[in-house]
Amino acid sequence: MEVVTAPKVEPEAVRRRRREVLMEWLFLVSAWVALLLTISILLAILGKLFADGLTRINWQFLTSFPSRRPEEAGIFSAWVGTLYVMFLTAAIALPLGIGAAIYLEEFASRHWFTRLVELNINNLAGIPAIIYGLLGLQVFVRWFRMGESVLAGACTLAIMSLPVIIVASREALRAVPVSIREAALALGATRWQTVRDHVLPLAIPGILTGTILALSRAIGEAAPLVTIGALTFVAFLPKSPLDPFTVLPIQAYNWVSRPQPEFHRNAAAALIVLLALLLLMNSIAIYLRNRYQQRWRI
Amino acid sequence: MKASRAARWAHWQERLILVLLFASASVSVVTTLAIAISLGVEAIGFFREVPLIRFLTEREWTPLFAIKKFGILPLVCGTFLIAGIAMVLAVPMGVLIATYLAEYASERVRRVLKPVIEVLAGIPSVLYGYFALLFVTPLLQKFIPSLSGFNALSPGIVLAFMVLPTIASISEDIIYAVPQSIREASLALGATKLQTTFRAVLPAAGSGIIAACLLGFSRAIGETMLVTIAAGQMPNLTLNPLEPVETMTAYIVQVSLGDVPHGSLEYRTIFAVGLTLFLITLIFNLFGLFLRERFIRTFQRFA
Repeated sequence: MEVVTAPKVEPEAVRRRRREVLMEWLFLVSAWVALLLTISILLAILGKLFADGLTRINWQFLTSFPSRRPEEAGIFSAWVGTLYVMFLTAAIALPLGIGAAIYLEEFASRHWFTRLVELNINNLAGIPAIIYGLLGLQVFVRWFRMGESVLAGACTLAIMSLPVIIVASREALRAVPVSIREAALALGATRWQTVRDHVLPLAIPGILTGTILALSRAIGEAAPLVTIGALTFVAFLPKSPLDPFTVLPIQAYNWVSRPQPEFHRNAAAALIVLLALLLLMNSIAIYLRNRYQQRWRI
Repeated sequence: MKASRAARWAHWQERLILVLLFASASVSVVTTLAIAISLGVEAIGFFREVPLIRFLTEREWTPLFAIKKFGILPLVCGTFLIAGIAMVLAVPMGVLIATYLAEYASERVRRVLKPVIEVLAGIPSVLYGYFALLFVTPLLQKFIPSLSGFNALSPGIVLAFMVLPTIASISEDIIYAVPQSIREASLALGATKLQTTFRAVLPAAGSGIIAACLLGFSRAIGETMLVTIAAGQMPNLTLNPLEPVETMTAYIVQVSLGDVPHGSLEYRTIFAVGLTLFLITLIFNLFGLFLRERFIRTFQRFA
């Protein structure tokens, strides 16, 4: 007599299924551990910084020059220097960056020069900041005889941020629909008139967003300016672009590398001011993007 | 006749603008040349006095001392030690996070977490140095009493979180760009989601992920202020992460802040070190860019 039994579920398959579930669970847990670790490091950095430095920030700190006595020292020359370098950098980098982006996006045909420039920009974006510092030291400080000045620093940072600005500007130009260009050209505008009067105005918010983000990267970076010879102790304000200067990250570096904990508090306070400035710039960039972002219906 | 003069003027204006735009685009090429020349000129001056063989084989780096030794090895070793520690942590974490965000996380989680991770990339490196020297090192010293105040371990750990955004963000874009058809094919053959992720999607994204890691590594090698602050300024040929070391970047900062006269041999050392650093990062960057390009080209046909 034949007994019909229900087909038994293979234990092998069950085991496999169970292992699969376990593995998936393991993967998700480790991914979340990595994420939480990353977030907690971010919080620890900010927590340590504010715990050390927040109480040190006051009017005296913002309006005093550096000093040998930590309680009398301040960041007046540093934040003025940072703003000075930043605006000069923007003034140099923005026209060059927009020009390069317009050429590559609107005028250049795809030939070897365009390819070379693109490869170059990608590669330049990966070169360490300190190499730009050596470039600035040799070319701007010595060959162009700018000295260890605000101008030399701004030129160095401009060259350093240029690749990022060009990439962002190209994206902004590319987002403008072709139909806008075709309409202008069909009405008899030249290519430059088309770009100047129609494409560029529409792309400007995107370009500015990218530029501000690139600048906030550049002014947080101390290495290239240390290399070109920015000073660590400046008891005056730069009056002309050819004066020596210091910036916030260099001032903070100088204080953090001293042994006294009072100077460490000063460093923390200077870094909080720097972070506040970066936050402000990023907020402006995000505001510009959200305010002027267009959705094209074509 | 007037109209034609205006037209001719417009024509010339157009030409002039084009030349100006072309010149701006050429700045990037000029920059690369300028880097090569400015590093090269001083480095040649250096290698005239110190033969390349000494530079590559001596085991000590003491150009600022009375007895001068010019072996780049301790600086390269310090650089790779710290970058290596950073990569051991950053690669698994970055790839895990990228895989999770691209394949598993909901759109809302993705939208919240991605910017949080990218904030790490925006923090100034002096602040990372401050954190490594005054928070991580004292914390580690509680567990490892033999850890010296300046060491490779603490900046290595902190550096991991500094390059994590690079690795996670590029990898995520790459994994996200793997064509849907690959996932569908795998699922249709009965693979689970996890099997699909690890045996179909990640291998497909392989070259792109390696590219992300190479770019992250090159960033770790070039990082300056963090390692200058927390690792010390003592060239040290060691693989012991508990000892102070000096990186190539930290040496350049050390000389830049001191008062070494321009044109002296000591001064030229920073260009020789800079050239070495430049060549190392160039190799990693070009290889990374090549792999990323290849990834994009492979999957363009599916899109």
